[in-house]
Amino acid sequence: MHEFIQYIQSYLDSNLTPGGAGNIFWATVYILLVFVGLSVAVIAMNWLERKILAHMQVRLGPMRVGPHGLLQPIADAIKLLLKEDIIPAEADKLVFWIAPFIVVLAAFTVFVVVPFGPTHAITDMNIGILFMLGVSSLSVLGIVTAGWASNSHYPLIGALRSSAQMVSYEVAMGLAVVSVILMTSLNDQSTGTLSMIGIVQAQMAQGEWFIFKFFPLGLIGFFIFAIAMVAETNRAPFDLPEAESELTAGFHTEYSGFRWSLFFLAEYSAMIAVSSIAVTLWLGGWLRPFPNALSGHTWDLVFSFFPGLTFLLFAAICFYNTARMPKHPLFKIQTMGLGAFGAVLGLIGMVLFIPAARDRVGDIFWFSAKVAGFMYLYIWYRGTFPRYRFDQLMKVGWKVLLPTGLALLILTAVVAMRTELWAELQGVWRP
Amino acid sequence: MNPVGTNPPVATAFFFYMLAATMIIGGVLVITRKNAVHSAMALITTLLAQAGLYLMLYAPFVAGVQIILYAGGIMVLFLFVIMLISIERSLKERQFNKQWLIGIVAAAALGGLFIAVYTTTTKGQPLFPAGRMFYGESQNTQGIASLLFDRYTGTYMFAFEIASLLLLVAIIGAVVMAKKRI
Repeated sequence: MHEFIQYIQSYLDSNLTPGGAGNIFWATVYILLVFVGLSVAVIAMNWLERKILAHMQVRLGPMRVGPHGLLQPIADAIKLLLKEDIIPAEADKLVFWIAPFIVVLAAFTVFVVVPFGPTHAITDMNIGILFMLGVSSLSVLGIVTAGWASNSHYPLIGALRSSAQMVSYEVAMGLAVVSVILMTSLNDQSTGTLSMIGIVQAQMAQGEWFIFKFFPLGLIGFFIFAIAMVAETNRAPFDLPEAESELTAGFHTEYSGFRWSLFFLAEYSAMIAVSSIAVTLWLGGWLRPFPNALSGHTWDLVFSFFPGLTFLLFAAICFYNTARMPKHPLFKIQTMGLGAFGAVLGLIGMVLFIPAARDRVGDIFWFSAKVAGFMYLYIWYRGTFPRYRFDQLMKVGWKVLLPTGLALLILTAVVAMRTELWAELQGVWRP
Repeated sequence: MNPVGTNPPVATAFFFYMLAATMIIGGVLVITRKNAVHSAMALITTLLAQAGLYLMLYAPFVAGVQIILYAGGIMVLFLFVIMLISIERSLKERQFNKQWLIGIVAAAALGGLFIAVYTTTTKGQPLFPAGRMFYGESQNTQGIASLLFDRYTGTYMFAFEIASLLLLVAIIGAVVMAKKRI
């Protein structure tokens, strides 16, 4: 028993990730934390998407289950779990059964390397970004097999579209990523890194987020990735594989109940995963904003109050809406519930002001906040852009993003090596 | 991240046998399944297990590229094509031709060659080294890059470019054959 406690404590002093320290206990804890956090994020995202979309379209959105529909995702989850699980008679049973698990596995496995902080990642691989791109590209296999195994027309067409789309956009995505990896090699040893933590540390060392590096090259790369990642996750305006006006629901038309909810879970966690890649590569990962302009201890202190302030803001919104609830006896429980929710959020906010907590959650908070920004963008796109036609989609992928990505890669390499190139040229012209 | 030796190596014999068994079972399933999609999925399993073997050889970059290119890219295109074939008709077709005798002879010859190589000794030393050399994991990506691009040690640049030229020719050929009018 004593040895076990020592084993647990031995990790706390190290400044490695649990995987890096080889500590199985803490690795398990981190895996569970990430899994629970992701599930909560997906549930929250479900509610937020319906609410925000509704407000964009001047509707109320879910209002019935819980105050302002806050319990709607839970009601939905219970409904999905209780629904009958149908496998079509003509379907390929085995493949139909495996397909959702491939998608979920691919979507969740990538979080092994997502760096929530310098030590807050399950592990740090030296091929981190390559691993993320590779494993997330496996999810297309699940989608394709799901569409094929359903043995029905709409799912098959959806699967075909999905495979064509995801393979095409992976190319542009990869080129944008490689330009960032080139930027990581701008140090004294001129060795780049593929590790997710290493990429953020490179941004820290260079004192600049890669989105601003070699302006506007970093920005262009970021835009290519930001477009390609929406196409990779099959979201609007690139949601042709599940275009409901043409294909009913695309590749998951024949799925119901729990299996369908697995696809749902995988879609949202894949969105979070690609957003984490974008945040890590271009937006400085866990680093706080304005590392240069607002540096020094005072500003560090000011920025460390942000996590607590955010939760206090959420609590304030809750209390404001508690006060606005209808004063009817029927709404009594809902009003109390909302007030209690606000109190819990406020309490979390207060806890986050304690110095010990403040110093530990800062990096996780900034990472999550940046990812949350991307999640809002996803909803915004869905509310704003009309769906692309398939030939337009292919044109954007192959004739716009791919050439831009190639040019970007070459330009980044030239700009990064400009002094060496200049020296070489001088050597050639003036021997 | 760790210097080699601080942790017990993950690459134990158990993992090797597990991955090797997965590969062999997957490979057998690829040629015995009548349904082409099932074969393709077995092939994906084999390729992923192979990526695991690369990881055990401390070649993470090769493993990552294997997953991206083979499992994520090429197999998707395979499935894309297979899905457009009428499975019902291909299920009825006979899968094997009568060349099993030659097949067995060839397989036995290859197996014999493997055993011969494994048991041969030159000057009392087996052909295989007794132990495995340990490389730092982080050197793999840089090592490949310096083999390809380094001014002094880059000896494989030419072969690499020739291979990419071959692929380019194949792509252009496919376009020419598929399109009547370009």
